[in-house]
Formats: sequence, structure tokens, C-alpha cells
Amino acid sequence: MTTKLIGEKVQRVEDERLLRGLGQYADDLVPGALEAAVLRSPHAHARIVDIDVSGVLDIEGVHAVYTYDDLTGAMADPLPLLIPHPSLTQGRTQYALAKDEVRYVGEAIAFVVADNRYLAEDAVARIQVRFEHLPAVVGIDAAREASNAVHDDVPDNIAARFEQRVGDPASAIASAPHSLELDLHVERSASMPMEGRATVARWDNDTHRLQVWSSTQTSTGLRAAVAAKLGLDLAQVDVMTPDVGGGFGVKIVHPWPEEVLVPLAARTLGRPVKFTEDRREHFISSAHERGQDHHVQVGFDDDGRVLGLSVRFWHDHGAYTPYGLIVPIITSTQLLGPYKPGSYEVTFDSLYTNTVIVTPYRGAGRPQGVYVMERTMDAIAQRLGKDRTEVRAANFIQPDEFPYDHGMTFQDGRPLIYDSGDYPGLLTKLKDLVGWDDFESYRDNARAEGRRVGVGLACYVEGTGVGPYEGAHIQVETSGRVKVAIGLTSQGQGHQTAFAQIVAEELGVPFEDVELVSGDTRGMPYAVGTFASRAAVMSGSAVALTARMVREKALRIAAEALECSVDDLDINDGVIGVKGAPDSTIALGTVAVLSNPLRYAFDEASQAATQFSVGDPGKPPVAEDDEPGLEGRDFYSPERSTFAAGMHAVIVETDPETAEISILKYAVVHDCGTLINPMIVQGQIHGGVAQGVGGALYERMEYDESGQLVNASFMDFLMPYVTEVPTSIEIDHLETPSPLNPLGIKGAGEAGVIPSSALFASAIEDAEGFPITSMPISPSELFALRSTHEDRR
Amino acid sequence: MTNDTEELHDLRLVVNGTPYEISVPARRLLSDALRHDIGLTGTHVGCEHGVCGACTIRMDGKPIRSCLLFAVSAQGAEITTVEGLTRSDGELGPVQQAFKECHGLQCGFCTPGFLTTITAGLEENPRPTREEAVDMIAGNLCRCTGYQNIVDAVLRASEIADEQGGEVSA
Ligand code: FES
Ligand code: FES
Repeated sequence: MTTKLIGEKVQRVEDERLLRGLGQYADDLVPGALEAAVLRSPHAHARIVDIDVSGVLDIEGVHAVYTYDDLTGAMADPLPLLIPHPSLTQGRTQYALAKDEVRYVGEAIAFVVADNRYLAEDAVARIQVRFEHLPAVVGIDAAREASNAVHDDVPDNIAARFEQRVGDPASAIASAPHSLELDLHVERSASMPMEGRATVARWDNDTHRLQVWSSTQTSTGLRAAVAAKLGLDLAQVDVMTPDVGGGFGVKIVHPWPEEVLVPLAARTLGRPVKFTEDRREHFISSAHERGQDHHVQVGFDDDGRVLGLSVRFWHDHGAYTPYGLIVPIITSTQLLGPYKPGSYEVTFDSLYTNTVIVTPYRGAGRPQGVYVMERTMDAIAQRLGKDRTEVRAANFIQPDEFPYDHGMTFQDGRPLIYDSGDYPGLLTKLKDLVGWDDFESYRDNARAEGRRVGVGLACYVEGTGVGPYEGAHIQVETSGRVKVAIGLTSQGQGHQTAFAQIVAEELGVPFEDVELVSGDTRGMPYAVGTFASRAAVMSGSAVALTARMVREKALRIAAEALECSVDDLDINDGVIGVKGAPDSTIALGTVAVLSNPLRYAFDEASQAATQFSVGDPGKPPVAEDDEPGLEGRDFYSPERSTFAAGMHAVIVETDPETAEISILKYAVVHDCGTLINPMIVQGQIHGGVAQGVGGALYERMEYDESGQLVNASFMDFLMPYVTEVPTSIEIDHLETPSPLNPLGIKGAGEAGVIPSSALFASAIEDAEGFPITSMPISPSELFALRSTHEDRR
Repeated sequence: MTNDTEELHDLRLVVNGTPYEISVPARRLLSDALRHDIGLTGTHVGCEHGVCGACTIRMDGKPIRSCLLFAVSAQGAEITTVEGLTRSDGELGPVQQAFKECHGLQCGFCTPGFLTTITAGLEENPRPTREEAVDMIAGNLCRCTGYQNIVDAVLRASEIADEQGGEVSA
């Protein structure tokens, strides 16, 4: 091996480009493309009686206007239901352009292409639509009540009802020494990447090929969707995503209506077409998440050990279900966290409402699950008068119990089996980091000064690295430079750096010689996408396996050239050498030349290669089981998910007058298995914590009763600025490598955001002395809660 | 309004030291003019309503939000965009260098706005305290980094500029 690189804080190679303003985000590409704008429904629920587009095409500079009636073939069918599930008996998806009815404010009705976006918006304003208003269903209560239906043929608004049970919780709860019931609510929030959705397409009429650039989290998925919708062969479509300005889940939906309408228009008009959404469009026509109501029943013993747990919850998935039941299924399984209740049952209803669709947002259902479980743990501690950490410790899965089988089915349809972990170890570290045992004296001092402080903690286990597979292609150039292609996209996670670290170490080449291209279907047409903290686990493993494969081939060829055994060889800094014989070496680039029996002397490397001879003269130049070229392609497909874990603690201060909530200390302990680049992992934690603070204290989607989103701007939807995040975050790691993949990686992308609502609820409750059951919590809500509880006192 | 009724206005801007002459409708935003008429796509648009700061450029030295200004109102102005922060020898400027060292960016979309904001901020206050560094970036949104490393980068940029003789802009 050359230098050890896995586990090092290597500075990111992508930064140079991004810092110089040379990023290639979708809207930066194809200058001069025509631009599109979308007519979106102004009503939450209405029948479209008539659309009048007359005169629109008369506007100079307008090239096309599409409504549903202009769509044919697969384009006229509903958009795909990406992840079907047997429980999703009433799944519904929207059309690329609304057919007959609109079901949320923002649903696409018409698509206009013009010389530029200004003109396209002018043209959109000219379109006249006659609507017949229908009653809107807004919020979980209205959906459950079902006095009105979002879809005529789903009168109860229930798209799916799902149940899982392990043991007999009902009787365990009934016979337990203690029991409790809780109602817990979480509001909707949204991914809100700084770059919105954007798509550009170019059709080449000479070669009959389509090029698409999109700010997607899955270029291969989008490619398949575009090919299917436009009736093209997969081989005619390339999808590229050079840089993406953040995703956090919302960009995994494929296709968005615009992602198929843009290529359609580009092909029809024979001109490149671009769609870049504005921020309001992102609010009202992309996706939200988090909105759920939960009812918990729990039975426990004197130590706080959970004997039976029963959870019933209602998930608001908006007007359609393109992403299936992933979010509530994750909530229902991941709420178990690091604990092993004696028995468990969960039932959820996934409900239609006349609001924007719901798809995974960083954490994907886990924040709600953790909130449910951790609020329950806190309530048990409160009831028994015990320390909150003690109750948790009494319920932990122990380090010697791995692999731990929960007896349930996980989101990927595989058994919910945790691979490895050390939860008591994490808790010890967390208590040290936040000063848990000293908190009471800290609180006393604060009280003496007239200040109100509270401490909270929350624990989580995160299923990461979901399958089915990822792949990598590695090619060593004759120059010795190493070209790597993975199918995953990057939304800022530093893939070019992290995966180059793996290649450099596994192959034995200088880090600077490795160049990685991601999210380009031309380099790696088989891939799933960047979500669910799977990139490092899946692509990292695929890259490692492929590097090992290339290394093996390089050594085999070098052994022939140097006339020695493979076992005597090593690769260092891109040079293969015989161990103990420093003069016997051959550069990897030279091996790349030798790997190809076509020996024209194109360059110095090929001339240098002529001094070696490889291959048996009595056999064909390319052996039966071989291929020319020093390259390899391999895939990693795990048996099941890996399970990262972590615990956060926070100390908050609540203002006695204004009920303002401020963060005094924030601590994170985290186990994501092997760290590839600790600097990048730290960055992921920082970013996750900031999003978590937003979700816990500020962000919510304010719908009025008619289904209008009244805070659809950055002015009104409050995302944290630097002034809202903790000034510093104490971080400690624990590494229990996963036995499921070659590097022991577990994935870290979402961890920071998962425990936040549970955490802040715990800390605020501790400061205030009354239960916090609804998140996020604003100062005015806390203020109101105070008066309610004072009234009762 | 249709295209033929849309009157074009001739406009001269000096961007990163280079003069540009463009013709734009009165309603063309400065951010769009820079990105699409001049082709400097480093300036990003995150909200188009003045809140996120991604589109921040320097106009006659002051940091301004280019999404809140019509291009025509920048007639004759001296503008610096992120592309103009790199030093004349091609090396990264102090703020860019500090972002790289401190891992102050992830997706990089908000980054140009931070870089221009901080460059202007450090010219005004070359040796900020941590609190002053926080104030300096308090009007810009980043959805990825959680800001801690950006605050570190402000402080580091001040050090680098100092090491390099005090010049924070290129
Ligand atoms: S794009 Fe100008 S402030 Fe957000
Ligand atoms: S780095 Fe992605 S928004 Fe700041």
C-alpha cells in the first residue's frame, strides 16, 4: 500500500472549482437555451373546466405551449409510482400536466417555452383557466374526518394502512406495572436546498440522441424515466449532473413533471430548453416532509424497561404518492432506535390531503420516529422519577447482542437486523461530553441568577446504506492517471475527494492522480442514487472492490513483465516494484500499455513498454477470460442495510419573559463505522444539526384552511442563519465497523438532523417543567404553553 | 408585454476589471444579466427575493444583492463577482483559500455570496473577533455547512490576508 488515506482529513479537491465560481450547476449550462415557465394551480382543489391558450403563441419570442391535451403516448399517462408497496392499495400519482382536476396549489397545468424566462412568465399570465372549485382537505384531522375526499375514488382519504407486530404488546401493556399514553405531533418542513430544481435538455437530430442535465439526486433514475416517457431507447439518452446545489432528499423524485416536459419540448422544437424553478415554485410544487400525528401506549416495569409498545400514527403524504410509503415505513421501524422493547406493534395510515406531495427529507421519517420513542423514554423517566439516561440504559441492545434481529421488515423489504454497535459506550461518551452528571449543580447556579436552563438528550439508530447496489468503473490511463466513474451524484458531500482517497489507498497510487466523475450516465449507467446515507457505504464499497480488481490485474501483468510471482510485488505511488529489489519496477501507466496488445507507440509510455514482453506467444493475445485495458468495473450489493447510531445532548436556556429559546451547549457522539474523511463527516454533522435546529424551533409549512401555503418564501419560512445555530458543537466518535462491507463503513449523511425534535423537546421540557408534545416550538407557543400550565397550577 | 414592445437599453458595466456592453430590457435583473448576458455564472440565485444572499456581488465596493437590482440601474458601475476574487497570478484569494482550508463549503451554491460578503466585510474590519465574524455573515443562508466552518474561514481569511500583506481582495 502507498500512504494511508482512508480516515485522513484530506482537503476537498472539488473546492477549487466551486470557489472560483466555475461550478457547473444545471442553470449554468447550455447558454442560449430557450426557457420554460409553468402555469401552476392557484387552487388546492378544483376541476379544470376549460383552458384557453389562444393568443399565447402570438407573443413574439414564445415557441410552444403545452397542456394535458398536447401530451401523447406515455407522456399522457400518470407519472410513475416509484416504489409500490402491497399496503399502498390506493396509490395515486399526478400527470405531467394536470388532467381535468388539480389537487394542490402549485400543481402544473401548462408549460410554456420562450426565448427567456421573463417572456415565458408573461405568456403563462395570458393563459385563462376556468375552474370549478372543490372543497380542500388540509391537515391530518381533515383527512381523517373525510367529510371531503382528495380523490373521488378514495372516499376515506386513506392511501395505505400498514401494520407490523412483534409479540403481544396489548397484553404486555395491560399486565405491566406501569403504563402511559402520549399524543405527539410533528409539523411539515422541507429540504429547501439553496439550488432549486433545474433541467436542461438538448436533442441532436443528426444522431437522435438526447442529452439532459438536471439537478437530480439520481441521474440513472431520471434517464430511465425520460426514456420511458419519451419512447426512446435507454441508449439514446444521457443524463449528467456535474454539480448540484444541495438535495437533502427532495431531488430524488424522478421524474418531476418539468424533467420530462423539458426534454419533450427540446425534441419537438429542435432547440435546447431549460427550466429553472424559482423559490416560490420550490415551496409549492416540489415536496415537503415530517407532518405526522402519533398516539403511543407503553407498558413498563419499575426499572423503566419497556414491556410493550403500541404506536398508532397518521402520515400526511399530500395529494399524491409518487414515492410510496418509504417515509412512514421508516418511522414505524426506526423508532425502535437502540432499544429492544419486549413487544411492539405499529399501525399507520398514509393520508391524502390537498397539499404538496411528501417525499423523504434528510432523515426521512426517522426524526419523527426518534421523537416518538425518545419522548416516550422521557415520559417513563418522569413517571418513575428516574434519570433519563438510566431509563434508556435499561432498554439498550447490548454490545454482545449483535447482529440484533428485531423480527421486523425494514424499508428495503429486508429483515430489520442491526449489524453492529455499542450503545452503552455511546451514552458514556455523551454524558461526559455534555457534563450530564454535573448538570443539577449548573441548574442550581443558573436558578440563583434567575435563569431557566434545561438539558435534553436523544438517541437514534439510523439504517444507512440501503441497497440494492452501486458500481464503479476504474481505468488506469497510459499516463498513469486513474479515472474513476461512479453512478452516484454529489450534492456537496465531497465524493470526488472521499472516493479518490479510497482508490488511492486501495490501488496504491498518488491521491492527486485519481480523478472521479460522478452522476454521469455515460461513465456508469447502473446506479441507484444519493440518498439514505448510502453513498459512502454503497459507492465506497464498490470503489474499493473495483480498485482491488484493477490492482489484481495490474499485478498479474506486472508479474509477467518482471518475470516474478505476484506475491513478490507491491504498488507504491503508482509504481509496481519487486519487494526487496528496488531496481525492478514498472510504472502503472506502463502496465496499462501492456494490458492492451495493440502496441502502436502513441506516446512515451508505449515506447517504454516495448522493453517488456507479456503474454504466452502460443496463445491468443487476449486470453479467453481477459479483456484489453487496465480497467475494471465491479458492483457492491449488500445483504441488508448497515445501522449507524448516535446520541445528541443539548443545554438550552429559555427566557423567563419572552420564552425565547437559546442553545448554550450542543454535544454529539456518533458511530458511522469506519470514517473515510473525518473532516467531511464533521461537516455533515454540522449541517445536519443546523437543519435539525431549524426543524425543531423554526420551520413549518403554514397552510391556511383553503390549502394556500402562506409562508412560501425565505422571508416567512424561517431557516437557520448563523445566528440560530449552536456556536460550537462538541463531537466525539465511536467506530464499530460494519461487518457487511469491505471497509466497515456505515454512512453519516443524515445523522445530524435525526434526533433534533426529540432533543429540543426534552431540553425545553426539562427547563420548563411541563410536557412538550408538539414540534417545532416557537417562543410564542412556549409562552402560550406556560400560561396554560400556570392556569392549571 | 411582448418582445417587440420590450425596449432594450444599452448598458456598460465593468465586471472584474473587464468592460462589457450589453443590451437588456429594463426589467432584466442584474443577477440574470451577469449570469446569462455576460456569462459569469459564478453568481448564484437562491431565492430571487433578497433573503438568501447567494447572489451577493460587490458594486463599487459595496456588497449588494444582484437579484434585487435591475441591470439598467447598474449603468457604469464597477462590479466584482466571485470570479474576480481569484488573484491575478491565478491563485485563490485569501477568503477562497480560507474556505478551502476550513471546509467552509459543501455543495458550493451559497459560497459565491459568502465569499463576496466576507471579502467586503474584511476590508472594513480586517481583524474581526469571532462575534464580529458571525455578524459579518449573518445575512447569508447556507443549507449545507451549519456555518461553524464558515465562521472559522472568516477568521482564517483574516490571518491569510495578514500573512500576505493585508490585502483581502485580489
Ligand atoms: S438570490 Fe438574491 S438574495 Fe437570494
Ligand atoms: S454549501 Fe450548500 S448551501 Fe452552502
